[in-house]
Amino acid sequence: MLSLHAISRSFGGHRALSDVTFDVTAGRMTGFVGANGAGKTTAMRIILGVLAPDGGEVRWDGRPITADDRAQFGYMPEERGLYPKMQVKEQLVYLARLHGMDARTAAARADDLLERLGLGERGGDTLESLSLGNQQRAQIAAALVHDPTALVLDEPFSGLDPMAVEVTLEVLRDVARSGAPVLFSSHQLDVVERLCDELVILAHGQVRAAGTRQELRERHSSPEWVLETDDAGFVRGIPGIEVLEFDGGHVRFAADDAAHADRVLREAIERGSVRSFAPSVRPLTEIFQEVVR
Amino acid sequence: MSTAAPARPASAPRGRTPFAQAVGIVAQREVMTKLRSKAFLISTLLLLAAVFAGVLLSSYGPQLFGDSDTRVAATAQTASALEGVEGYEVEVLGSEDAVRDAVEAGDADAGVVQGDGPSGLVVLGDREAPTDVLQALSVQPELQLLDPNAPDPLLTYFIGIAFGIVFFSSAITFGQTIAQSVVEEKQSRIVEIMLATVPARAILAGKVLGNSLLAFGQIALIAGVVLLGGAVTGSQLLLDGLGMPIVWFVALFTVGFVMLAALYSAAAALVSRAEDLGSASSPIMMLIMIPYILVIVFNNNPLALQIMSYVPFSAPVAVPMRVYLGTMEWWEPLLSLAILVASTVAVILFAALVYERSLLKTGAMVKWRDALKR
Repeated sequence: MLSLHAISRSFGGHRALSDVTFDVTAGRMTGFVGANGAGKTTAMRIILGVLAPDGGEVRWDGRPITADDRAQFGYMPEERGLYPKMQVKEQLVYLARLHGMDARTAAARADDLLERLGLGERGGDTLESLSLGNQQRAQIAAALVHDPTALVLDEPFSGLDPMAVEVTLEVLRDVARSGAPVLFSSHQLDVVERLCDELVILAHGQVRAAGTRQELRERHSSPEWVLETDDAGFVRGIPGIEVLEFDGGHVRFAADDAAHADRVLREAIERGSVRSFAPSVRPLTEIFQEVVR
Repeated sequence: MSTAAPARPASAPRGRTPFAQAVGIVAQREVMTKLRSKAFLISTLLLLAAVFAGVLLSSYGPQLFGDSDTRVAATAQTASALEGVEGYEVEVLGSEDAVRDAVEAGDADAGVVQGDGPSGLVVLGDREAPTDVLQALSVQPELQLLDPNAPDPLLTYFIGIAFGIVFFSSAITFGQTIAQSVVEEKQSRIVEIMLATVPARAILAGKVLGNSLLAFGQIALIAGVVLLGGAVTGSQLLLDGLGMPIVWFVALFTVGFVMLAALYSAAAALVSRAEDLGSASSPIMMLIMIPYILVIVFNNNPLALQIMSYVPFSAPVAVPMRVYLGTMEWWEPLLSLAILVASTVAVILFAALVYERSLLKTGAMVKWRDALKR
C-alpha cells in the first residue's frame, strides 16, 4: 500500500499542498480528482521523489519509502515525454533497463505491451511519426514496461479516443489485479466515476474527500429514491418521507431508512402500476462540486 | 486481445539499478544514437579524409608542384659546367644565339653561355634571374648550422593552428551534441521519467561518459590518420617531431573534454528549449575559442605558452606545442595533466549540482546563480 502522510509543499509563497494524507490501496484503482492547480501533479511528483516535500512523508507498506521502492514504480508525468526521434520499442527497452530489467526481458515486455495497446506494428517507428493518440499509448507503455510495483499516472486518458480509453483501462486494471496500487488523476469525472474503485478529491492543496465511490456517495448525499407511477401524490402523506421533487407521476424523495422507502413502494403497487422504483444515485460531478466549494 | 494479468516475475523485487549500471545504459544510448546518425558518420569520414589528404599534401605537395626539372639550354662548351648538377635537364644547342632564342621563346628556363667573368660563364634568364641555376653554378662558402633541429617558425605556427582547430572543432561538435541531448530530454520531459528512476548524477555521468568516448574516439582516429600518413610518406617531422605532442594532445584533450562536456550539460540544463541553447552555451564556447586564438597569437612567445600550458582550458593545445618546441621539462606535461584532472573533478561537481537543480525548472532560462539555489 502506498500512503501519503501529512505532506506539505510550498513554492515560494504559494502553498501547493498542505497536510495531505491519503492511501492508495494495493490492487485498487484510485482516482485522483481536482481542479487545475489543486496540487495533483505536485503530490504525484512527491510520491515519485522527483520533488521533495517540505513536511510529511510518503510510506510504502507502512514504512518510509526508499529510492529502491520508487525505482520499481511506473510513472506517467502530466507533461508527456519520450525521445521524439527514437524508435518506440527501443525507448521502452531503454527505460526498462534503467529500471534494472535485463535487455531480453525488457524487449519481450515491450513487444507484449505494444501488442496489447494496439501498437504492435509500430514498435520500429520513431515516436514523432506516430499520431498523438498513439504517442499517448506509447507513453502508457513506457510507464508499464518494467512491470511496476505501483503505478502513478497523471491524466492518462487525456487525448485518448474512446477506443483507446477502453484498451488502456483494461491494461491498467490488469496491473491493479496483479496487486499493485494504481493512482491516476483525471479531469474527466465521468471516466473516474466509471472506472476507479476509490477516490481522492483535492482542492486548494487539501484533501476534501477520500474513500470508495460508495462511501463518498453515502457521506455526501442522504438516501434518496425515485418513483415513477401513475399518480405519485400519495407519497406526501407517508410519515418519515420528505419529497424533494414532484411532477405528476414522478417523485424523488428522501427517506430516513430503507424500511420507509419500502412502504412507499408497497403503497404504490396497491394504487396502480409502478413503472420504476430505484435509489437515486447522485452523480459524482455533483458531489465533487459540493466538496471542492 | 488478451486480458490475462501480466506475469509478474518470480524473482525477488528488484532494487534500484546500481549507479554504474545506470551510467553505462545512458552512455550506451548516447553513443548508439550518434553512431547511427548518417550525418555524423559521413562528416567524420570526410574529416578523416581531409586530415589524411592534408598530411599527404604537406609531404608530397612541394614535389607535385615542382617536379619537372628546370630546363637549361647550353652550348657545347658550357654544358660541361652543368654536368653532375642534379635537377636540371640540359639541352645542348649549336650556338650562343640558339641558346638565347630558346630562353626568349620559353623553350628553356635558363641558358648558360660563355662569358668573360671569373667563372667564364654567363647565365641567361628571360625576365627573372634563374636563382636556382645561379646558385647551382656559384661557389658557396662552407655552411655550419648551429641548431639544425630548431623548429621552423612557420611550421610551428601551422602546427599550433592544427592542434587548435582539432581541439576546438571536436570540443564544440561533441559539446553541442551533449547539450542538445540534455535539452531534448528536458524539452520532451522524458527527464521526469528518468529522474523518477535513476539519480540525476547517473544521467549526467552517462551523458558525459558517452560523449567523451565519442570525442576521444574521433580524436584518436585523427591522431592515427596523421601518424599513418606520416609513416606512409616517411615524413620525419611527423614521426619524430610530432609523435609525442600528438600523444599528449590526445591525453589532455580527453580529460579536458570531460570538463567541457560537464559544463555543456550544466548550461543546457538551464534552458527549456533548444532555441535558447546558443545563449546558454556561449560562455563555454568562449572558453574553447580563447586558447585556440591565444596559441596562434603567442605561438612564439615562450612565457605565454608556459602560462597557458598550466591553465586547464588551454593546456590541451599549449602543452603539445611546448612538447613539440622542446621547451618542456619531462615532468611539466604531467603537472599540467594533474592540474587539468583536479580542475575537471571540481567542474564536474559544480556541473552536477547545477544539472540536478535545473532539470525540473522549466520556462525561461535559469540563471547560473539561481541554479545553485534550491
